[in-house]
Amino acid sequence: MNARPQLLELESVRKSYGDGVTTEILHGIDLCIGEGELVALVGPSGSGKSTLLNLIGLLDQPTQGRIAIEGRAVENLDDQALTALRGEKLGFIFQSHHLLPGLTVIENVMLPSAAARGGFQTSMRAPSLALLDAMGLGRWAEAWPRQLSGGMQQRVAVARALMNEPPLVLADEPTGNLDTETSDQVFDLLRQQNADSSTAFLIVTHDWDLARRCERVIELVDGAVVYEGPPAGLRPAKQD
Amino acid sequence: MLALQLAWRFLREGRTQSLLILAGVTIGIAAFVFVSAIIEGLQVNLLEQTLGSQAHITVAPEEASPRALMDESGVAFARRIEPSEPRRRPFDQWQRSVRRIEATEGVVATCPKVSGSALAYRGAAEEAVKLVGADADRLRRIVDLRAHLIEGTYRLGGEDAVIGTTLARKLGASVGDPVRVRSGDRESLLRIVGVFDLGNEMVNGRWLVTSLRNAQTLLNRVGDITEIDARVAEVYDAERIAREIEARTGVPTESWMERNRDLLTGLRSQDASTTMIRIFVLLAVAMGIASVLSVTVVQRRGQIGILRAVGTSRRIVLAVFLWQGLLFGLAGALLGAMLGAVAGELIESSALFEISVTPGLLLTALTVSVATGVFAAYLPARRAANLDPAAAIRGDE
Repeated sequence: MNARPQLLELESVRKSYGDGVTTEILHGIDLCIGEGELVALVGPSGSGKSTLLNLIGLLDQPTQGRIAIEGRAVENLDDQALTALRGEKLGFIFQSHHLLPGLTVIENVMLPSAAARGGFQTSMRAPSLALLDAMGLGRWAEAWPRQLSGGMQQRVAVARALMNEPPLVLADEPTGNLDTETSDQVFDLLRQQNADSSTAFLIVTHDWDLARRCERVIELVDGAVVYEGPPAGLRPAKQD
Repeated sequence: MLALQLAWRFLREGRTQSLLILAGVTIGIAAFVFVSAIIEGLQVNLLEQTLGSQAHITVAPEEASPRALMDESGVAFARRIEPSEPRRRPFDQWQRSVRRIEATEGVVATCPKVSGSALAYRGAAEEAVKLVGADADRLRRIVDLRAHLIEGTYRLGGEDAVIGTTLARKLGASVGDPVRVRSGDRESLLRIVGVFDLGNEMVNGRWLVTSLRNAQTLLNRVGDITEIDARVAEVYDAERIAREIEARTGVPTESWMERNRDLLTGLRSQDASTTMIRIFVLLAVAMGIASVLSVTVVQRRGQIGILRAVGTSRRIVLAVFLWQGLLFGLAGALLGAMLGAVAGELIESSALFEISVTPGLLLTALTVSVATGVFAAYLPARRAANLDPAAAIRGDE
């Protein structure tokens, strides 16, 4: 656990799928993430990492349990309130960058702000451009996503996730589709942003090397947390 | 605003798809405008031809029926008597009826008339005519002979007479020539001052129009008239107004709609078939838009998931696709209306009537097209709005 102010709290969160015959994917998850933390969520395929990330990202609702963001419980919020909360408090980075091909690079970055303010506005350009500059992509602002390499597109996705200055960014395998060198670049970028701001990052990854470079690691196996603590405390086999 | 911005960007991105469906909507709306303009032009032409030579409403007493002949004791000895010609009863207090008809809402003109059968002679030529007597100005507001003059002037004073072009030809007469007119034992010499062509062979070949006084004298109805003609502002209100006039005056009344039942049935059948064509065209347009947008929703489900993940509400996602339908409808209506109008212009030269693409028709096409676009987009839009964002991003749906 950590001593920082709590940003995200999960208490006994369960998630099941199916009508009639149900399959429980998550079996009572308890976890906390503090402000500005850099946390890795690791585990084998099918362990429930993505399900957990969807719950935390307010894209799905738990079957049981409580989720609170900055102390605000979310289980009784309607779709509209969840959408607003998601736009304000959360940023998303996906394995596949998921940029909108019909929008220019800068418009993709502005998208969360446009969603919050009801449209693209010229006042959004300066902060978007600053983010793109920080990602080393300032000169690509007016380009189309298809004109960029995979690594560049993922950096645009990082900029997009940071646009509304959310307290928590959820990254689902953000380097999963990248080669080692580009993967390192993107992760360094995430770590840099984490260090430069109070934004916390929860990074889902299969990459144990990458996990070891985070402050804290949460290991999920078969829908249950089997380890939560500093990377140094991971079982030796997992540290290789 | 965001919805419109995204809708535009989606359309721009799927340019080929957008242009194809826009072409479909344009052709559909062009067909809508073109068919509507042709049918409307045809109907206007038919109505003009029909109503150009007759009153919208005619108010006339019933024809007098022959009475049975009786002996001095009152016993009928000849019940069946062949009438020499239909003769209307005198029009009692016709001036008062004229005032009442003029006071009826919807009536824009009235004309008291005397008409009856007569014979016209010129040299060896002899023709049966319909003698019509009326005030020139009043008659012009019912049947505009002046506008259809092909020779001479429109004037009905003194011994002036205006005749149809066919009658003039049969009599071998032209402007300035005298013509003798006889009805029963009365005869008068009139002078032709104008020849008209109403585009109606019955009228062109039979009408001989003169002053009310001349006709009254010739038809032995001095001080009397046979009918009052009325014109109404809206031709399809004629039947309703006719019934109102009949109630006000107590005199039998007949509208053009009663006189031309076959024409009216034809016009209504045309309306029904035009409506069906319009519905089928709009259905094709709606299905085109709906199918393209449905495919788009499937193709873009990942993008929709991202939009939802970054804080875009269901309402905005719904609006993105409704805007796309609306933009298809709007652009298709504008282009289609232009195409329809151009097509109308192109065939107008070979048509026998005017094909008019009116502002009203364009407004209807625009409204209907936009409404169709939004209606067609609704189901795909609702599907997009209801996508589970997590599943959509994963690509499960």
